[in-house]
Amino acid sequence: MKPWEKDPLLRVEHLTMRFGGLIAVDDVSFDVGRRDITGLIGPNGAGKTTVFNCITGFYKPSEGMMKLNHPDGQSFNLERLDDHDINSRARVARTFQNIRLFPGMTVLENLMVAQHNVLTRASGLPTGAVLGFGIFATVGAILHIGGFARAEREAVDYARFWLERVQLIKRADTPAGELPYGEQRKLEIARAMCTRPLLLCLDEPAAGLNARESDALTELLYDIRAKEDIAILLIEHDMSVVMRISDHLVVLDYGKEIADGSREEVRNDPRVIAAYLGVPDDEVAKVEREVRQ
Amino acid sequence: MSPFAEPGKTFGQRLQAALADAIIAGYIAFALFCLLLGVRTVDKVTGLTLAPRPGLLAIAVGIVVFGRLLLNLLVWQAEYPITTPFARLFTSERFERRDLIVLGTAAFVSALLLIVGGIIHWAAFQLIGACVLGFLAVGVVRRVIVYFFPNLPYARIFTIGGIAFAVLFPICSYLLEKAFHLGLPLRYLFDLSILVLTYVMLGWGLNIVVGLAGLLDLGYVAFYAVGAYVFALLATHFGLGFWMCLPIAGLAAALWGVILGFPVLRLRGDYLAIVTLAFGEIVRIILLNWTPVTNGPNGISDIPKPTFFGLPFSPVAGSMTFSSFFGLKYEPIQGIIFLYYVILGLALITNLVTIRLRRLPIGRAWEAMREDEIACRSLGINTTITKLTAFATGALFGGLAGSFFATRQGFISPESFTFIESAIILAIVVLGGMGSQLGVAIAAIVMVGGFEALRHTEGLQSIFGEGFDPALYRMLLFGIAMVGIMVWRPRGIVGSRSPTIVLDEARPIPKALVEEGRA
Repeated sequence: MKPWEKDPLLRVEHLTMRFGGLIAVDDVSFDVGRRDITGLIGPNGAGKTTVFNCITGFYKPSEGMMKLNHPDGQSFNLERLDDHDINSRARVARTFQNIRLFPGMTVLENLMVAQHNVLTRASGLPTGAVLGFGIFATVGAILHIGGFARAEREAVDYARFWLERVQLIKRADTPAGELPYGEQRKLEIARAMCTRPLLLCLDEPAAGLNARESDALTELLYDIRAKEDIAILLIEHDMSVVMRISDHLVVLDYGKEIADGSREEVRNDPRVIAAYLGVPDDEVAKVEREVRQ
Repeated sequence: MSPFAEPGKTFGQRLQAALADAIIAGYIAFALFCLLLGVRTVDKVTGLTLAPRPGLLAIAVGIVVFGRLLLNLLVWQAEYPITTPFARLFTSERFERRDLIVLGTAAFVSALLLIVGGIIHWAAFQLIGACVLGFLAVGVVRRVIVYFFPNLPYARIFTIGGIAFAVLFPICSYLLEKAFHLGLPLRYLFDLSILVLTYVMLGWGLNIVVGLAGLLDLGYVAFYAVGAYVFALLATHFGLGFWMCLPIAGLAAALWGVILGFPVLRLRGDYLAIVTLAFGEIVRIILLNWTPVTNGPNGISDIPKPTFFGLPFSPVAGSMTFSSFFGLKYEPIQGIIFLYYVILGLALITNLVTIRLRRLPIGRAWEAMREDEIACRSLGINTTITKLTAFATGALFGGLAGSFFATRQGFISPESFTFIESAIILAIVVLGGMGSQLGVAIAAIVMVGGFEALRHTEGLQSIFGEGFDPALYRMLLFGIAMVGIMVWRPRGIVGSRSPTIVLDEARPIPKALVEEGRA
């Protein structure tokens, strides 16, 4: 039994996603260990982002189960939750392949929006109660200062803490849209962390970064894992990053899972090599034979 | 627009380019005007016939050609555009020698026009002279103030000054009139200000939905109508007063906002706009056809006026009224001044609530939703509820404004709640700069007050002849203003957003970064 299978944070079983006749993800199962960095890799079009969108609730999977176990014993079936509940209740946060910040809001405001649910509770405006009576609660929140002001101070402190960790503290009042690309990536990770997740899903965090920036990103991810006691699931194309930081790798190709194991196991897997490097025409039959064995 | 001056070009080349451009503009003008101005339908005994007007057509095309030629030579193709010094008045750049010469000449010529116009009684000269002089004076005053006090918080001064003026204006003008008998048209002034303030309030209400949450709502007038009818029906059937009905009407409109919100939540952008437009029309048509309740096209009349803590504004002696309680002589203007303060208070409450809401998590969620709805959901924000609160809050203020409208008019009918009202309110929000409270207020004053003021430009008739009615040109000017805003300030009058929370120093965020609501 592999270390991540003992007490997984997330167990994905027989996940299948069909779009009409197209099977984007076909019967994929893997575990995400607590405090592990799990890499989800594969060539273009392998279905990695689809798996991600299923886990974070943006797609409802056609088949399969995704069970997330909190340390306190609660467990959530992610395929049954709404996308916002996956963040607020199951505590799964994500970033996007094409960065999705709030460009017209400042860096600090971006991090405050991420703490929406904490602050909403403090403002006396229960997230659920809105039909008509929410107006009364809103009026109350507008006039009331005490408890909310304290919660807001704490939220600012938490945002400040994360801005310091991603070295953006000097740019707190800059609109997010004015940041350079690399800093936008870091801000998106800080914003996801401000939702206080247990599982952080990063969709190609190193895409478009230069060598130095992707080194800094690696450091940041190590640092997050060491200090925050959370699991990270990442999609990445940059093999140097993946091979350096992942404890556990899951490889997809054409929607199917072709390997699941530690770095060394995956590195030497002939199917992975074939999927990544391709094989010359005259060796196809030979490789296929190997692959079937 | 024609290509700008390239430094290497000789005068001959520039002249050639300018002429070519002017001739093309002339062709376009001819194609546009040949049917619009070139022929006129005349009703003769033999039937409708076409009468050509080549003279008028030639004048119109000539104006376009020569205007374009002059603009090309003096501005677009010129090495030193003649407009530079005038633009420089409104920046903080240093003046060059030739700038001062141009400005001095302009001031001298316009003063001359003013004087000569006064001597030979040519109002057109006087008007042009006065306009140019006024423009120069505003620019010079602005430069002087900015030179001596460069770091004043101008937006704040403007806001506070505006509110102070709004609070003091009716009392001061009333007292002045009382003391000196100046003959001010008080009744008219107050009625107009009440109208403007109603639109300011509606603009601020819609600003929550469109400007902050980014939900394009073309049916805002539906909430206005719901508020007005709820108050009117409660007042006429159950004898309830304005203050009792005001919150009920607001809540009814908010409830309608939620009902409307549910089906449209899954729609975005254009589709949302179409559905809200339809909802606005549905409300109006129901009001028109549900005769047993709404009295159909005949509307509801005898809607009571608001009372001052139970004291009515009426001439009746004997019973307790506002004037008898305070020992004043009854005047109808007292009731109007009171109405003014009611709508001012309602509008300021709308503004205050919006300003506070922006700083609460729900307001930030609205703005975040406008920026990126998917990112919002990934951060655990329930966008369904966020949209519903935006709709409900906007509708609440629409409903409050509606019941004020009913009490002011004393009579309402579906006629008052047509699509054009929604369009005007939306235009106010867009012109003002979406999400900006100050901009929306300015836009409402310009759009409603400014166009009303056009009715009272009798001076223009001495220029354009007795038959000239400036009010007929309102829609034309409206269109020109819209095009002007689109060209020069596509993000509205106030083109920046202020952050809702700062760590060190607040800096306005340029609107170019702010999304315009695709949610």
